[in-house]
Parts: sequence; structure tokens; C-alpha cells
Amino acid sequence: MCLGVPGKVTELYQANGMKMGKVDFGGVVREACLEYLPDIQIGDYTLIHVGFGISRLDEKEARETLELLQQMDMLSSELPPAGGGS
Amino acid sequence: MKFIDEYRDGALTQRLLDELRQLVTRRWALMEVCGGQTHSIVKSGLDQLLPPQIELVHGPGCPVCVTPLELVDKAIALASCPDVIFTSYGDMLRVPGSQQDLFSVRAAGGDVRILYSPLDALKIARENPEKTVIFFGIGFETTAPANAMAVVQAKAQGIHNFAVLVSHVTVPAAISALMESPDVQVNGFLAAGHVCTVMGYWEYEPLAAKYGVPIVVTGFEPVDLVHGILKCVKQLEEGRSEVENAYARWVLRVGNVPAQMIINQVFEPCDRGWRGIGIIPRSGYNLRSEFAEYDAELRFPEVQTIETQESDLCISGLVLQGLKKPNLCPAFGKECTPQTPLGATMVSSEGACAAYYRYGRFAWAEKNELQV
Repeated sequence: MCLGVPGKVTELYQANGMKMGKVDFGGVVREACLEYLPDIQIGDYTLIHVGFGISRLDEKEARETLELLQQMDMLSSELPPAGGGS
Repeated sequence: MKFIDEYRDGALTQRLLDELRQLVTRRWALMEVCGGQTHSIVKSGLDQLLPPQIELVHGPGCPVCVTPLELVDKAIALASCPDVIFTSYGDMLRVPGSQQDLFSVRAAGGDVRILYSPLDALKIARENPEKTVIFFGIGFETTAPANAMAVVQAKAQGIHNFAVLVSHVTVPAAISALMESPDVQVNGFLAAGHVCTVMGYWEYEPLAAKYGVPIVVTGFEPVDLVHGILKCVKQLEEGRSEVENAYARWVLRVGNVPAQMIINQVFEPCDRGWRGIGIIPRSGYNLRSEFAEYDAELRFPEVQTIETQESDLCISGLVLQGLKKPNLCPAFGKECTPQTPLGATMVSSEGACAAYYRYGRFAWAEKNELQV
């Protein structure tokens, strides 16, 4: 239930005074309430919980985190492996 | 999908695990608070790939599991009323009450429906004006904005045949309660990434300082989980206890402010009983008095006093506090399976017992692996 599902916003519209949208979850498209994401645009990725968008993906952060982890990995490959004294 | 596949990369996960092996010098117990993370860890086998010094302790972050038995019984009583349509997230239907579960109510002719979103309950209420539609509003801070919006919309749209049975719980109070308990020995926490998308992580900063434990906001994919564990262990090895964010692509320190505003508009903090754990002060949300009209417990006062009866065999309270692993329960996989659950931890897709059963973490299997 707390597991949000990421998807891509493909449509935006108003219903009952709320910001709503269509979100594509890798092929499955469902309606979601996007009222809590005032800045969200078509093409953005969002995390949906029980039919509500609660966060917008920061693509720059996503790229930078991956780069950082990959660099950390390159650093560790230059170090001798942990052998526990053996 | 973009930025999902990259965070599931097996080679990168393995290399980050190598980094962790080089970093760790002694035993550390880390608690992943969220049951969704427990499932991801057990499904991907991360628990078995970690260096042996690191123990992952599974936390109480399964909303279905901690919903008190009294409220499950109330839900069952409400769902059995003839003029009620009872609506809920799917996992709650198989949670055992004292005598039966919500599925049994449905089998006996009760109108019990599974919803994708609480807004669907309003649609059902509009279509069935002669019935009262009750929504079982459970969950952590992740579902609170959705459940709050349903109440706000009911009021705005003049829908009066709608009510909520509220059983909301909050994570920071649970972390405090665990740290205050003399039995719980946890060195650091992986904070639930999706709860933090809503609430941010500023609430955890005083907890990290007070209890001297690192708290790292962590995601759900294998790379995210090892990233969170790495950051947490690095802090422990360096003697630091800070709040760090290993899920920055989705989580801001302030969280989602519009969502928090609606939560505060509709709910107020309350003491809440947690199934298997007991009452934790200010660990939940109740409806504010302005929205009392939508409180199912007030609207159906006849369900106020219900005698509850827990299973004698079930140790889910110990499992939820990280004091016992699921497969050490004598009933695990015998009297208690996902088809015949004794406790909610065996039901939910976020319950630790269900994760251990589904992914084959039987005690005998682990023993055999050790002998090989």
C-alpha cells in the first residue's frame, strides 16, 4: 500500500475541481489525481499511491545518483578485495 | 521504464555490495521500517547477499499488519450492516478478525468492495444514495493525502452517505517507541522512501540526534536499498548519527507541502493502538471535529464495544518489532500460511511473514544452506 508505482503523465485535465491526469505505467494507463503536484507537466514521471500522485521525479538527481554510485564502484575496483585476513 | 531499470541493475548492485564488504568492520543491526522494503529485500535475496556482519531487522511498517484487531472487528461489524457498502484496499479483506474476515462477510452476502483509490468510494456513494458507503481509511502517511482528499471532496460535493473508518498510523512515533523499548537493539534505520515523499525527512532529524542513530531515507529497488545500507553503515563506522537521503530523485527534505496541508486540514494527531505492539502516543491520525460527520465510528455507535480475541499461536507482535524473524514462529508455514493466516503479517503484501513464506525463507532451508 505504501509502495508507490512510477508512471509517466500523458494527459492533464480538471474534474470536480481537482487536477487529474492519465498516467502510463509501462503500457497500462490509469487515471490519477495530481492535485498535490501543482507543477507537474505532460511527460513528467510521477509516483502514484492509491490513485494519487505524490512526487515528481527529479531526473537530474536520478542521473547524478547513478553516476555517483558508478564512480564509487570504479573506486572500489581499484582497491584490493576484502579478504578478512585470509 | 526510465530510472527503474537502472536501479535494478544486478551488476551495479553486486559491486555496491563489494564496496559494503570493504567498509564494514563489525556487527550492525539495521531496521528497514517499511514492509514494502522487506518484500523487496527478501525477493531480491539481498538479505542473503549482505556481509554477515550486517543484520536487517524488519520493522513495523506494514499498515495492514498494525491495524488493531479492534478496528478489523469493527470493520467486519460495519460491513455486515444491511444498508452499508464497505470499501477497502484489497489487502484488508483477508486480515483475520477475532471470528472472521471481510471476505467471509462478502461470502455471506455483505457488499464489500475493493478500491484502487478512495475517490472511487465517492463515486459508489453517488451511485447508491440509499446506502452508506464506508471506506476503511488505513495506512501510513503515504495514503493519508488520498484518504483526506476523499473526505474534503465528500464535503465539497455534498455527499452525505459517505464515512471513513480511520486507522492511520505515522512512522516517526513508531521509531521513537522502538528506540524507547529496552528489547529493541537497532543501530540504524532505513527510513521508508515513499512515506518521505509526502512528509519529507525533517521530522527524523531530532530522532537521529536524540537516540544517536543514523536514519537514511531509502528507496525500493535493489540499487536503492544497497545505497541506503551503504550510507547507514558508513555513518555507523564513522560514529555519525545523521539523517541522509539516498532517494533524492523522489524525496525532498520538506516533502510534498500541498499534501501535508490537506492532511493537517482533515486529520489531527492521536494516540493509536498498533496490533501486536500496543498503544503508541501520538502515533496516528483521527478526523478533526469539523469532519465528524464523516467518522464511521460516530455514525454507527453500536459498533463501539467489541470483544476481541487474538490467536494464541501468532507472534506477529514480536515480528513487527523486529524481535523475532518470521520463520522462527512455530506456526510459520504450518498452522499459518497465506491461505490460512493467523496474523496480518502473513496476509499483507507488506507483511514480513508473507515475504518469508512467498520467497521460501523457511528455517530448515536456511539451515541446509549453512550446512552446504
